[in-house]
Amino acid sequence: MSNNWLLAAKRGRLEARANILQSSRDFFRTEGYLETDTPLLIPAPAPEAHIDAIPAGGLFLQTSPELCMKRLLAAGYRKIFQICHCWRSGERGSRHLPEFTMLEWYRADSDYTVLMGECVKLIRYLATTCGMGGVIGYRGMSIDLQGEWERITVRQAFERYTSISMDEALREGVFDELMALEIEPNLGTTTPTFICDYPAERGALARLKHDDPTVAERFELYIAGLELANAFSELTDPKEQRNRFQEEASYRIARGQLPYPMPEPFLAELAAMPPSAGIALGMDRLVMLLTGANSIDEVVAFTPEEL
Amino acid sequence: MYTVADLKKGLKLTLDGDPYVVIAFDFAKPGKGQALYRTKMRNMITGSILDRTYRSGETFEPASLEDRKMQYLYKEEEHYVFMDNQNYEQYRMDEDSVGDAKNYLIDNLPVDVLLFKDKAIAVDVPNFVNLRVTQTDPWVKGDTSGSDSKPATVETGYVLRVPPFIEEDELIVIDTRTGEYSTRVKG
Repeated sequence: MSNNWLLAAKRGRLEARANILQSSRDFFRTEGYLETDTPLLIPAPAPEAHIDAIPAGGLFLQTSPELCMKRLLAAGYRKIFQICHCWRSGERGSRHLPEFTMLEWYRADSDYTVLMGECVKLIRYLATTCGMGGVIGYRGMSIDLQGEWERITVRQAFERYTSISMDEALREGVFDELMALEIEPNLGTTTPTFICDYPAERGALARLKHDDPTVAERFELYIAGLELANAFSELTDPKEQRNRFQEEASYRIARGQLPYPMPEPFLAELAAMPPSAGIALGMDRLVMLLTGANSIDEVVAFTPEEL
Repeated sequence: MYTVADLKKGLKLTLDGDPYVVIAFDFAKPGKGQALYRTKMRNMITGSILDRTYRSGETFEPASLEDRKMQYLYKEEEHYVFMDNQNYEQYRMDEDSVGDAKNYLIDNLPVDVLLFKDKAIAVDVPNFVNLRVTQTDPWVKGDTSGSDSKPATVETGYVLRVPPFIEEDELIVIDTRTGEYSTRVKG
C-alpha cells in the first residue's frame, strides 16, 4: 500500500478530471471541431504585459497555444480545439499553478457572442456528465445553468459593484485591484456571468467594438466568482497587431521583464485569417467548480511543491 | 530584502517599523491583468490584524527577530523581568506581551524570549512546568457527589481544575500548551 495517502485520497477528483477532459473532447468532436496538437516549445510567445513565459533551451514554454492555432485558422482550418499544458512564470495561488491545463477553441466567421452560446452548451453538457444536472453547488452557492446566463459590460460592473467608474479606475491605476477584490466575488453567484467589453488596452489581441472603439470585443466567463474563460473577437489586422505587440513589448522592457522576439510568422500569416473568435478556458478551474474543490491543488495529481 | 515572490504563510517582515507575520496569503490575477498578492498579517507586538494587497515589484524588509535563552527573574510593578543567560542583560515585558505565560512564571524558569530590535516582544515557556498548589479544598473521603475534579490555586495565582486527591503544598505538572493539569510530581 502506498504511503502517499494524500495522493491516494485524490482519486475521486482525478477520476472526475479524466471524465471532464474526455467529455470535452467528445463535445467538440460532435460539434465538428478538429483537435489540434501544436508544439509546446515555441520561439516567440505573444508579447503580453502581464504574462511571463518560462525560458527553456533558447525557446519558451508556451503561455497559450493561441498563435499556432491562429496560423491554422489562417491556413483554412475553420473549427479547431486543443487541450494542452501552458506555463506562466510566478503564478501560484489557490487558483493558479505555473503549469496548468488550457482548453482553447477557435472558429472562423464568428464573433465573441457565438462563443458565449458555445460556453453555455459546453458547461451544461459537462455538468450533466458529472451528474450535476442543471445546478452547480459550489462553496454554499447554487448556480443555475438552465436559465438565461447573465451578461454585463465591464462598465456596468464598475457602476454596480464599486464606488468609481471604469474610466476613473483606469486613470487611477486601480482597475485590476477593483476587478479582483470588489467585482470578481460578485460574478456568477446565481447564474454564470459573461462580463464583456473590456477597455481597449486590456485586449492586446482583440478586435475593437464597431460602435464604441474605446472597448474591445472581449468577454470573461465567471461562475461562482471563479474566472473560467477569456474570449475575443480576434484582431485580424497585421499592422494593428504589430503595433499592439510593440506597445506591450516596450512596457515589458520598461519594467525589466524578459523581452520576447516578435512572432513574425504569425504576423506574416495573420492577413489571411478570416474574422474569427477564440477562447481559452482553464480546465483545472472548471474541474474545481464541478468537483467542489476549494483549491486548484486538489484537482491535480502533483503541485510544483510536491515534485 | 524580500520580494512579493517570497510571500507565504509564516513569513516575518517589517512594516511601518513593526514586525508582522503573514497568516494568510493568496495570489490573484484578474483576466490578463496585473498580479496581485493578497496577504493577511498579524502585528507581532500589538496582535492587530492587517489586510494588504501588493503588486509585483514591491519589496519588504525582513523582520530582524532573535530567539534568546533567558530566565524569569521577578515581577516589578506592571513588568516582568527576564535575564539573558549569555550576557546577563535584563529585559522587561508588560503583561499584554507576556500573555498566558504569566500563569507559569516562577523564579528562575527557563524561557525563550523573542527580541525585535532589542525589545522583548514574546515569551515562550517550557511545555511542562512544575508548580506548587497554594490553596485547594481537602478531599472529603466518602464524597458521593461524583465530582472528579476540584479547583486549585498554584503559586503564580493561576487557578485550574485538578483531581480530588491533590492536596495543598503538593507539586503538580501543568501542560502549558493547554493550561491543564497533567500529573503530580512524585516524591
